[in-house]
Amino acid sequence: MVTVGTIIYEPGNSTNKTGSWRVFKPIMDKDKCVMCENCFIFCPEGCIKEKDGKFEIDYDYCKGCLICVNECPVKAISSIREEK
Amino acid sequence: MSKVKIITGTSAAAEAARLCDVDVISAYPITPQTTCVEKLAEFVANGELDAEFIKVESEHSAISACIGASATGARTFTATSSQGLALMHEVLFIASGMRLPIVMMNANRALSAPINIWNDQQDSISQRDTGWIQIYAADNQETLDSIIQAFKIAENEKVLLPVMVNLDGFILTHTVEPVELPDEEEVRDFVGIYEPKHAYLDPDRPITQGPVGVPSCYMESKYNVQNAMNNAEKVIMDVNEEFAKKFGRKYGNGLIETYNIENAETVLVAMGSVCGTIKEVIDDLKQEGKEYGLLRIRTYRPLPINHIREALKNAKNIAILDKDITFGMNKGAVYTDLAGFLKDKKTTNYIVGLGGRDIRQDDIKEIMKHAEKAEDGETKWMGLKEQ
Amino acid sequence: MTEKQFPREEYLASGHRGCAGCGAAIIVRQALKAAGKDTIVVNATGCLEVMTTPYPETAWRVPWIHVAFENAAAAASGVERAIKVLQRKRKKYANKKINVIAFGGDGGTADIGFQALSGAMERGHNMLYIMYDNEAYMNTGIQRSSSTPLLASTTTSPVGTVIKGEDRPKKDMAMIIAAHGVPYVATACLSYPEDFMNKVKKACEIEGPAFIHALQPCTTGWKYDPKYTVKIGRLAVETGVFPLYEIKNGEFKITYRPLKRKPLNEYVKLQKRYRHLTDKDIEMLQKYIDERCKLLGL
Repeated sequence: MVTVGTIIYEPGNSTNKTGSWRVFKPIMDKDKCVMCENCFIFCPEGCIKEKDGKFEIDYDYCKGCLICVNECPVKAISSIREEK
Repeated sequence: MSKVKIITGTSAAAEAARLCDVDVISAYPITPQTTCVEKLAEFVANGELDAEFIKVESEHSAISACIGASATGARTFTATSSQGLALMHEVLFIASGMRLPIVMMNANRALSAPINIWNDQQDSISQRDTGWIQIYAADNQETLDSIIQAFKIAENEKVLLPVMVNLDGFILTHTVEPVELPDEEEVRDFVGIYEPKHAYLDPDRPITQGPVGVPSCYMESKYNVQNAMNNAEKVIMDVNEEFAKKFGRKYGNGLIETYNIENAETVLVAMGSVCGTIKEVIDDLKQEGKEYGLLRIRTYRPLPINHIREALKNAKNIAILDKDITFGMNKGAVYTDLAGFLKDKKTTNYIVGLGGRDIRQDDIKEIMKHAEKAEDGETKWMGLKEQ
Repeated sequence: MTEKQFPREEYLASGHRGCAGCGAAIIVRQALKAAGKDTIVVNATGCLEVMTTPYPETAWRVPWIHVAFENAAAAASGVERAIKVLQRKRKKYANKKINVIAFGGDGGTADIGFQALSGAMERGHNMLYIMYDNEAYMNTGIQRSSSTPLLASTTTSPVGTVIKGEDRPKKDMAMIIAAHGVPYVATACLSYPEDFMNKVKKACEIEGPAFIHALQPCTTGWKYDPKYTVKIGRLAVETGVFPLYEIKNGEFKITYRPLKRKPLNEYVKLQKRYRHLTDKDIEMLQKYIDERCKLLGL
């Protein structure tokens, strides 16, 4: 059933798993991370999330743009080719 | 307390919007609509109406701001005419697709080129497929009453479609007539307060309005609009009855109005103020013992086909008047809409009054005579000069 | 542990269909973190609208409306006035201060939406309009807009044998809106989140219309490796291609001043839309940028 006025009532329900787009995969070294928040604020997907005081990458949604790798000042994030 | 005022059609429209306690008005001036928005601006400036009047920079923005306001849950009104309505074209589809009960007064005026400020109905008829309910008023009182009814129809949960109330430019917009203004409290009681359940923007309820209609939902969303149009037919009739009970005036069954149709072999079909002239001619000819009928289409969208067919069941010659022309068919839109449903009748089409050309009583008589003798499907341009 | 610099709340959900490395998504994330929950977004047709709302999915966690391409500012005008009147007449929204933020691309802002924007800014609506400027019509396939910079190659300003890329300089939207006399105008770039987010906050706090011209590098249209979105934005600022400033109540202020401006070459060499540039072209563009920076006191 398409809603009256084609309105979407459930906020942020875009559950499309864009992680499948990934060609390169960023890998976070939590020990090296200094919590500068660069990767967090520059991520286009909002898929770098803080958990227990550390950042984690949500691979369900990470498209592998590698902005985080490039913007990390302490090289805590590296990249590998995605294996599927 | 109701009171009678001698006012123009545009003033009647403005009074109606005031009586309905609209929240947001967004409009851009265009002849012959201007006196409507001037009057509304005056009401707001004098505190007679507590509303926000957005003085936009174009009709495109006028209707766009109406969408923004209506989608936030405000009762919203606009008024335009002709080129202004044409400029709104794209956004009109969006208003109906988003199911926003915006009410508009449109002063029917010809479209350019050549530029012409006088009356015909090409402007609104060109918008017939935009998903707006279209009502054509025959006089100033009906303009006021129709706008009050329009809010009740538009905001009905079974409908939720925008409504355009049309009145003939200059003929009604600039002519004063006695108009009964109903009591403010009674009108507000009649229309209620707009409390949408579907479309309103609120941070406590973050909804997404106007998303991408991918192929898997687009057809259904358009079918929903058609369903709403189907529902509107009954709602318009009910509102017409309810209005009659409360205010003592009714307009046919809300969809169509017939006049002396029972014993007439030849019936004219028309919309708007010309119906007044036609009624006069019918009365005159009746005294001579000749019977002619009139079917006035009050609601052009949804087009009440079954009601029209039923009303015309005894007629033989159907003369359809169009204040518009579908180029390349040499027919008017009302004719092309109806002819297919009246195959068992003789139908003829009359292109009348384009760009303010007078439609005189003699023209109406000529149409009646022509309709009796003409071949099925003939078109005649009335009052066309020899070139 | 240092104090948290940026709010953790996300108002744009993952799962949107922006390209990998999309700058528009970064701009929205940053802007909404600054504006907060009590925000209504009006979105012009464009990449952002398309990638975030394929029915029945939405990436938005704030109320959001899209009407058409050229009328985001007009639609936002209606939203803003509706809030005002409903607060006054019907006691809606608990008299909270609600931010109305319109997002439009450069095409929807500087070209087709220009009239509606000018009208909205002139009328004094309490709203923030954010132009996310990726310097071409990216959603339809990288056609030039009036915001496309001089010599950039797009699909309608291609590098041919006679004409080599865009032949007109970029339209200066921030200054045009400043000329409307609105209380707050700023330029911003996603590579400077603190600067941008401060500006969004100021724009939301200020009474009346505000306009932020935000530069948004676009991996697809500018043709660079997606990992460079932030780097290229930073270079645009460091080279003086896109100076960061604000004009608050008529007072002009540079908000980020590079210690020493970097040569233009560092910016253009990463982008294939500029790969046809000769040394002479770069020299000409450098001179043009130097003159503009001098004018702004950079």
